[in-house]
Amino acid sequence: MGKSLFDKVWDQHVVAELGDGAVLLHLDRVMLHDLSGYRALKILEERGERVVHPELALGAPDHTALSAPGAQTAGEPYGRVGPEFMELCKRHGIRAEGVDSPGFGILHVIGPEKGLTLPGATLVCGDSHTCTHGGLGALAYGIGSSELVHVLSTQTIIQKKPMRMRIRFNGAPAKGVTPKDMILYVIGQEGTAAGTGYAVEYAGDAIEQMGVEGRMTICNLSIEMGAKIGMVAPDDITIDFLKGREHAPKGADWDAAVAHWRTLKSDADAQFDREIEVDVSEIKPQVTWGTSPEHVVAIDGVVPDPDDAPDPDAREARLAALDYIGLQPGQSMEGVPVDWVFIGSCTNSRITDLRAAAEIVKGRNVAGSLTAWAVPGSAAVKAQAEAEGLDRVFTDAGFEWRAASCSLCVGANGETLAPGQRSISTSNRNFVGRQGPGARTHLASPVMAAAAAVTGAITDVRKLME
Amino acid sequence: MQPFTKLTAIAAPLYRANINTDIITPMQYLVGTPRESMGGIAFAPWRFNEDGSENPDFVLNQEPFREAEILIAGPNFACGSSRESAVWALQGLGIRAVIAPGFGGIFANNCYQSGILPVVLPEDVVAGFARQAEAAPHTARFTVDLENCRVIPPQGEPVPFEADALRRSALLQGLDDLGMTKTRVTEIAAFQEADRERRPWIYPGS
Repeated sequence: MGKSLFDKVWDQHVVAELGDGAVLLHLDRVMLHDLSGYRALKILEERGERVVHPELALGAPDHTALSAPGAQTAGEPYGRVGPEFMELCKRHGIRAEGVDSPGFGILHVIGPEKGLTLPGATLVCGDSHTCTHGGLGALAYGIGSSELVHVLSTQTIIQKKPMRMRIRFNGAPAKGVTPKDMILYVIGQEGTAAGTGYAVEYAGDAIEQMGVEGRMTICNLSIEMGAKIGMVAPDDITIDFLKGREHAPKGADWDAAVAHWRTLKSDADAQFDREIEVDVSEIKPQVTWGTSPEHVVAIDGVVPDPDDAPDPDAREARLAALDYIGLQPGQSMEGVPVDWVFIGSCTNSRITDLRAAAEIVKGRNVAGSLTAWAVPGSAAVKAQAEAEGLDRVFTDAGFEWRAASCSLCVGANGETLAPGQRSISTSNRNFVGRQGPGARTHLASPVMAAAAAVTGAITDVRKLME
Repeated sequence: MQPFTKLTAIAAPLYRANINTDIITPMQYLVGTPRESMGGIAFAPWRFNEDGSENPDFVLNQEPFREAEILIAGPNFACGSSRESAVWALQGLGIRAVIAPGFGGIFANNCYQSGILPVVLPEDVVAGFARQAEAAPHTARFTVDLENCRVIPPQGEPVPFEADALRRSALLQGLDDLGMTKTRVTEIAAFQEADRERRPWIYPGS
């Protein structure tokens, strides 16, 4: 029987079989941030453990750093953990990119950017969106702080082998439809727990035609349907993306690595526990209406009626979501006014995201009293965007051009909406309180967020595309 | 780590789907909060009113559920963020086992690191448990028996559950993952030596 991409990478990292499907899995990369990584290093010291392979680790205080240009360490949350986190990394010999480093950024942006994230590598971070790195064909997933201690002190993790799922995106996306819309659509169809216990491979011609950054966006949202792991098989697009990057293999190592990466694809007769086929041509720009990523509709859709929910529990959940989000059943999503626009986060803060959003913003103005932020995912993305003049496009329109940080996605740095305020956001979670207590979040793509910025309300971006 | 063998205790019903870890430990209270204080912020958006007073309608503020050591939760409990603070917060409330139709995958692994037992049972069974706990709170003492892999509700037959052999044995002995893996350092070194030959590009400077 053939093997899937996931199986091939998994099997190459098994140190020991532990019975009942559990293995001791070798980890090639570990990433640490200022919340879970900080805690892990503290626990490690309390337990008297040591970091066995600091050269395989990377740290960055992406969560608590402010996105305020030139004042990223000024916030109170950063003060509580940031300096000590940097000191802990230094003490344990771990390369850490501080906010003043040109290599700083959101870990899920800078790992691939530096060529530290590689196809076929295993990678963990104390962050559920670690699945992002699967866009390059890495087997990557989020873990807790205690598990991080285990990884730092043994370079392994105990993990039960997940089931395998493949989602094929067939056909080509229509105008205005982005990778974000494709994955939000699937989460809407399948639900937020459909991937629990699975490693998901994304395939099909729409994925094969897609750039690495779009693939990362899709893999990023795997966890929002419950899957810890999302992966795309590496191909020429992946190899072109990595070639010449700072930490990518060089010389003979590069040739050997490429030869290995070319073997990392699912065999024709590979078995999956579940397969989903998606007709991409049917997908329209998506926007969430509620407080779970599965609460999503097409932009020309309406807020669903809780009475139409499949069961009483789902009905209760929808009622609670509508109460929090302040919308009515049957209300059109188009035209819902927003107070905030956030373009950023590990989901959608890369150069292609900013280019696409800038294309919509160009020659238009941010509407009324709305606050619009563009937050590049890394210092390198910021520099690239500035070299292309994108910063001017945003600022000329009335956006704030910010510095790299997780920022408004998670509010860990103190940047939040006021209670009751409504945002359209390119991030990954519209949970209750995610962008601050009482804040109302609508998830969408960068171009949809840009469209809302210039109209002042949730808008079908296709109407702004000539 | 405290071993988990068999627990008979009050079980609190919190049967809602998709409760995420942002609700269990909200970010606004999280940064720099010591692990030992996490119980104080557990379920803060539901447990407390805006003025900081307790919300009497929330189940964990009600007697006898304040003393609950078992939580009966809905499908996909503790999904979302990987924050281990969710586990520490439950622990801070005195919860030692959670029964649900399913768990967020990262949360379940985190539970084992702190000796909390996540028990997966079918939706109708868990919903039935929640109804029993609601109907007769003061006699709602459930037994979660890891030695025999069964839950004994106040009424009705014991219900068997599945537990991975490795996880079960570790919980029964009070071992977290690190304790188990420390016995395998030579195997890990041998793997890395062979892997450096196979994939030298993974190891800087090799």
